[in-house]
Amino acid sequence: MFDFVSFIPRAVVQGIPLLLGSTGETITEKSGNLNLGIPGIMYVGGICGVIGSFYYEAGKSAQEMNTALTILIPLSCCLLGSFLMGLLYCFLTVTLRANQNVTGLALTTFGVGFGNFFGGSLIKLSGSSLPSIIMTNTSNVFRRTLPFADKTGVFGKLFLNYGFLAYAAVAIALAASYVLNHTRTGLHLRAVGESPTTADAAGINVTRYKYVATCLGAMIAGLGGLYYVMDYACGVWTNDAFGDRGWLAIALVIFTIWRPNVGVLASFLFGGLYILHMYIPSGMNLAVKELYKMAPYVVTIIVLVITSMRNKRENQPPASLGLPYFREER
Amino acid sequence: MDNKIAAVTMRNITKRFGPTLANDKVWLNIYRGEILALLGENGSGKTTLMNMLSGIYFPDEGEIAIDGKPVVIRSPKDAFALGIGMIHQHFKLVDVLTAAENIVLGLEGKLDLKTAAKKIREICDTYGFEVDPDQKIYDMSVSQKQTVEIVKVLYRGADILILDEPTAVLTPQETDKLFAVLRNMRDAGKAIVIITHKMHEVESLSDRVAVLRHGQFIGDMPTKSTNAQEMTNMMVGHPVVLNIDRPEPDDPKPRVEVRDLTVRDVEGTLKLDHVSFTAMSGEILGIAGISGSGQKELLEAIAGLQPVESGSIEYIADNGQREQLIGKDPLAIQEMGVALSFVPEDRLGMGLVGNMDLGYNMMLRSYRSGKSVFTNRKAPYKLARQMVDFLEIATPSVETPVRRLSGGNVQKVLVGREIANAPSVLLTAYAVRGLDINSSYLIYDTINAQKMRGVAVVYVGEDLDVLLELCDRILVLCGGKVSGIVPGRGAKKRDVGMMMTKLGGNAHE
Repeated sequence: MFDFVSFIPRAVVQGIPLLLGSTGETITEKSGNLNLGIPGIMYVGGICGVIGSFYYEAGKSAQEMNTALTILIPLSCCLLGSFLMGLLYCFLTVTLRANQNVTGLALTTFGVGFGNFFGGSLIKLSGSSLPSIIMTNTSNVFRRTLPFADKTGVFGKLFLNYGFLAYAAVAIALAASYVLNHTRTGLHLRAVGESPTTADAAGINVTRYKYVATCLGAMIAGLGGLYYVMDYACGVWTNDAFGDRGWLAIALVIFTIWRPNVGVLASFLFGGLYILHMYIPSGMNLAVKELYKMAPYVVTIIVLVITSMRNKRENQPPASLGLPYFREER
Repeated sequence: MDNKIAAVTMRNITKRFGPTLANDKVWLNIYRGEILALLGENGSGKTTLMNMLSGIYFPDEGEIAIDGKPVVIRSPKDAFALGIGMIHQHFKLVDVLTAAENIVLGLEGKLDLKTAAKKIREICDTYGFEVDPDQKIYDMSVSQKQTVEIVKVLYRGADILILDEPTAVLTPQETDKLFAVLRNMRDAGKAIVIITHKMHEVESLSDRVAVLRHGQFIGDMPTKSTNAQEMTNMMVGHPVVLNIDRPEPDDPKPRVEVRDLTVRDVEGTLKLDHVSFTAMSGEILGIAGISGSGQKELLEAIAGLQPVESGSIEYIADNGQREQLIGKDPLAIQEMGVALSFVPEDRLGMGLVGNMDLGYNMMLRSYRSGKSVFTNRKAPYKLARQMVDFLEIATPSVETPVRRLSGGNVQKVLVGREIANAPSVLLTAYAVRGLDINSSYLIYDTINAQKMRGVAVVYVGEDLDVLLELCDRILVLCGGKVSGIVPGRGAKKRDVGMMMTKLGGNAHE
């Protein structure tokens, strides 16, 4: 019998970093910026949080640490780091009109290198014998659940068993969806991504919308990196452990056809597909496991094929996605 | 007229783009309760001048006054605040949004689409528009999109309206409807400026005419006291003969015979339904129809670019030998002398590469010729230079990327290249789309010259007046079916218009 009660919570914690990453990327893409730097930005978000908490936690016992600061320091470090990455991307693509794909890929390469460099340095500093940094105290605060969560049986296990960032991720996704579809800001943002010329002629500041959306998107994606280290990985940073989750987040954007609210359930589905191989008995045959790991990508390709075939205009990417905007170009 | 205060006064306006002078010390008055037609050739600075009113550009010199008070317009927002609204030639609409969403785009305050929809309906009732606020733009016809654009500026409270070539994409019926609305608005006391190339529209609609030439203001006068000939001469700067030449066909022989041609697009929609006709050598066959009635598919089917469901297309050579074109490779069809020049709405979409210069664009047709692995670059550049001279293409050099040329000149390059191929069948669509009078006549002359050479010309056009004057026969398409074929001489515009909207029309009543 497939054990759903243990499978679902694991799928959810796998899904949360993807959800944050894809919400951030969706907001970014709605402004017409195709930020392929998301994997790097999530990586930077994670390591910046680690750096902050490493210095705060160093030499302190759990009792000496202030709960608010334990959360706020890594949180603000993470947001600052990913914000700067978003700002860099905007400066290059919006102000200097560099190619978005090249810039994004460069940021990803840079972000991973940045993370591994400082990760490696901190491991050296901590003098640990293992190739990782462990911040158990910080992680415990991030993973704190409601006190009565354990007493509510299956319900508690499925719905109350997560750290605060998980709930924040869902809230951010739903809020993003609301803002995009029901407010003037969202309408303007969509117009910028669809047709910047039109938005410009209507008196919307295209550059400002692109900057704000991309930087905000980067910060949300960065939170995904922080959640991964502090909650999912129990405060253990190991170089390259983040894996391909950033790319999966971008795939999720396509899977959800640019809808953050769909992303909530879709990310859990992706999370489930990601860990499916651990739940399906495949014996000692490792090749089969690798096949299961492909599942999220296969599903994304299928969704792409289906949405392209149905060819409904609402399900297409923003029309000017990936194109620089220059008012005097004709 | 003199005692009225002008709604807009533009004094001494100068605008430069780099070394080119787009507007040179232009003076212009726009009055309320009046429709002003702004005339000028392509590149004479009409759109630039109006863009300075709507806040897209900022004048280098000169001043603008609204109702006698000097103002500074720095952005489209400033223009809205002053009650100026411009309907651009290329619609500024977001396809995936609804009409209402597009109309409120850029405004401040809480997003309340219900109230907006109510206000939109009120505006529609006042002036006689039909707009469904919840309809998506991509579901709309060109004329519906234009209506949304007009409602958009009215919604912002504009009482000075500028329309840049609003009729270029409309059918005669839609144009009449638009003009009725514009007259309503004029009678409601709004100031209206309309930019157009079509003389008969100027004469039937406007109260006053202002003419620009090479960025300079030439003069203005009441429409009643002038005529098409005088206005054209002012625009061009020298007398122009306004009649389109239509020589009698010389020994017409069947050249392309189309029988029961049926074409479906990728989605399976019927685009052409049992279309039959014969194109004769030495004759211009006009194709009339509302845009999207199958014109594009018809030409592409002949050129071998469009898969055909059933029917036959036969090429008949001079010696009477027949050859089936369906199933042939487009390249082989091209080598038989069938040339296609299709000018799409964006002009650059088909046949030309924007970032390449004139010479290289010529080479797109000739690069396969010759045996050497290297391309011959001399011949195409020579051809480009000849074309620049003959068609009066305004370009700094033949090494200039086509993208930098103005729309009209881009078209001359495209049409010129196809004609230079010395074809035996010339398929041309919208050859004069958006061209000014002088350039249009150059193109008509070129097409006529081909006809006299014995070429079978198929001319898809959108301006019925031109079709009626230029073509020997006119085939009218309606929803992919042949609505009728009428002789060009003596056909009535109204009848052809009816046939475009209804199979068979009332032509035989």
